[in-house]
Amino acid sequence: MLPYIINNSIFNMPNLFKIKPSVGLLSLPYSFVFIFFFFIPLVLTFVISFWDYNEYSIIPDLILENYRYIFENCFSFENGMCVTFKTYLSTFMFCLITWFFTLIIGFFVAYFLAFYVNSLTWQIALFLLCTIPFWTSNVIRMISWIPLLGRNGLVNDFFLSTGLTSTPQEWLLYSGFSVVLAFVHLYTLFMIVPIFNSMMRIDKSIIEAAYDSGANGFQILWNIIIPLCKPGIVIGSIFVITVVMGDFITIGIMGGQQIPSIGKIIYVEMSYLQLPAAAANAVILLFLTLLIIWIMTKMIDIRKEL
Amino acid sequence: MFSKKNNTYYICVFFFSLFVLFLYGPTFTIILLSFQGPDGGLTFPLNGISTYWFEELWRGGSVVDIGSAFKRSIILGIIVMILTVVLSVAAGLAFRKKFWGSNVLFFTTVASLIVPSIVLSLGVALQFRLIDDLTKWIGSSLDISWVNDSFQTSLGMYSSGLGAQLTWTLPFGLLIMFAVFNRFDKSYEEAARDLGATPWKTFKEIVLPLIAPSIIGIALFGFTLSYDELARSSQVMGSGNTLPLELRGLTTTVTTPIIYALGTVTTFVSFTVIAISVGFYLFLKRKKGI
Repeated sequence: MLPYIINNSIFNMPNLFKIKPSVGLLSLPYSFVFIFFFFIPLVLTFVISFWDYNEYSIIPDLILENYRYIFENCFSFENGMCVTFKTYLSTFMFCLITWFFTLIIGFFVAYFLAFYVNSLTWQIALFLLCTIPFWTSNVIRMISWIPLLGRNGLVNDFFLSTGLTSTPQEWLLYSGFSVVLAFVHLYTLFMIVPIFNSMMRIDKSIIEAAYDSGANGFQILWNIIIPLCKPGIVIGSIFVITVVMGDFITIGIMGGQQIPSIGKIIYVEMSYLQLPAAAANAVILLFLTLLIIWIMTKMIDIRKEL
Repeated sequence: MFSKKNNTYYICVFFFSLFVLFLYGPTFTIILLSFQGPDGGLTFPLNGISTYWFEELWRGGSVVDIGSAFKRSIILGIIVMILTVVLSVAAGLAFRKKFWGSNVLFFTTVASLIVPSIVLSLGVALQFRLIDDLTKWIGSSLDISWVNDSFQTSLGMYSSGLGAQLTWTLPFGLLIMFAVFNRFDKSYEEAARDLGATPWKTFKEIVLPLIAPSIIGIALFGFTLSYDELARSSQVMGSGNTLPLELRGLTTTVTTPIIYALGTVTTFVSFTVIAISVGFYLFLKRKKGI
């Protein structure tokens, strides 16, 4: 009798058990990963950037020392620019140059795929051809430039044998040049995919109408295709710029461990266990990245583009 | 306008071919160079042809324990792949309707793709460091012997490493699911429901077969992105390094073609996985007759 009563009373509880399990609950495991491995870590990074530390431990505190240290001597320009500003400037330059080349190359690759390849099968096949390297190792793709650009590499062989230069060129590898080359090599895909996606949505009849009205190829490109690709261009740009902003691996390997970057500062501070200092740098990096994204997303609504 | 007979077309074809050469050329260079003889160096000319460097790699000569790093990477890749498929398909189903917090979750997903990897890696490392400190503090204050005697760290490949990689692979999975459900014909599902099928049965018999080819795509992203992941894992793998982490270390120390041999092997693994996925994808598409 007793179990029956308990059961009955539970099932008669108003509303509590009448809530239907929602499909939305299926997102719980996914959400959990992002709460535990994304949200909490970022909050902790922010909190710990105000902590103190010594050689072997981090000490809860509320100090601005970590931030002050980053900008030490930055606002008196007597001795030229401070290390922090120089590093940021160098990283911004890498962003800008990489952005420029990935945009130009990515745009024309997408342009070719979207407008000049007519059969869907070929479109998919060529698109896949561009995507496959993305699924292979980045480190391998970086070191694969060594036989081409090294002191005794193919490019220098070519320069020497044709008499273009009399000595091997050192700037080809472990330099700013090779860093940009590797970035373009690795991340042009980030431009191709969203721009291609935008181009495939363009109604071909608009282009035909313009053509029939006497617009030439360049006018169509400039006045129709590029404006309609703006969302794709913005999304691609966000990807490329953020990935270069936080990079420390490509700049490390292709720069011969000689070129500074913000990511590298964080990496080095972590290896010396100066965790709160690294956290302060991470907060600034994240802030700048978000600022750039915020400015760029002002131009479009990302969600509509998927 | 886009006719195949004008000059612009040929310029575009030329440009595209150049781009493909740029993408693949360097990789094929090191594949070629990995088959050198024992006297080979890091650059051309090719000094004989042999499989010497692969044998050397197999013996583990002069290189750190590559075999176990390789094994670790494959196992972790498979775990990440399974979790990516299951979690993002489930979340994708949830996202078909608006639910509480769906907007926040969507923006978190996008944010996770563009947050600098080193920042995320640092955050997860900090979190696990605090967990360690907390565990040790609880251990000593409650006098739990196993914590005091043997607890080292909670940081590891299957805890922090796995989580950090999921923040990179899951967004791709969910975005693929978005693309799938944006083009999904709901009438089959409604028909099944009208005939009295339960939600689970509708999913298993109707939705799942229809989205199966895309699930192969998610699995491909899950495995390959984990197998090659470096930036996010760099601070959180604990004691056992994965293959990309070992590889990065080797770039500064190794000066023989053995590193190219290793590159050839990992590229071969990636290509094999991609080929299997594409084959499987085409098979499922054909079976469906679409």
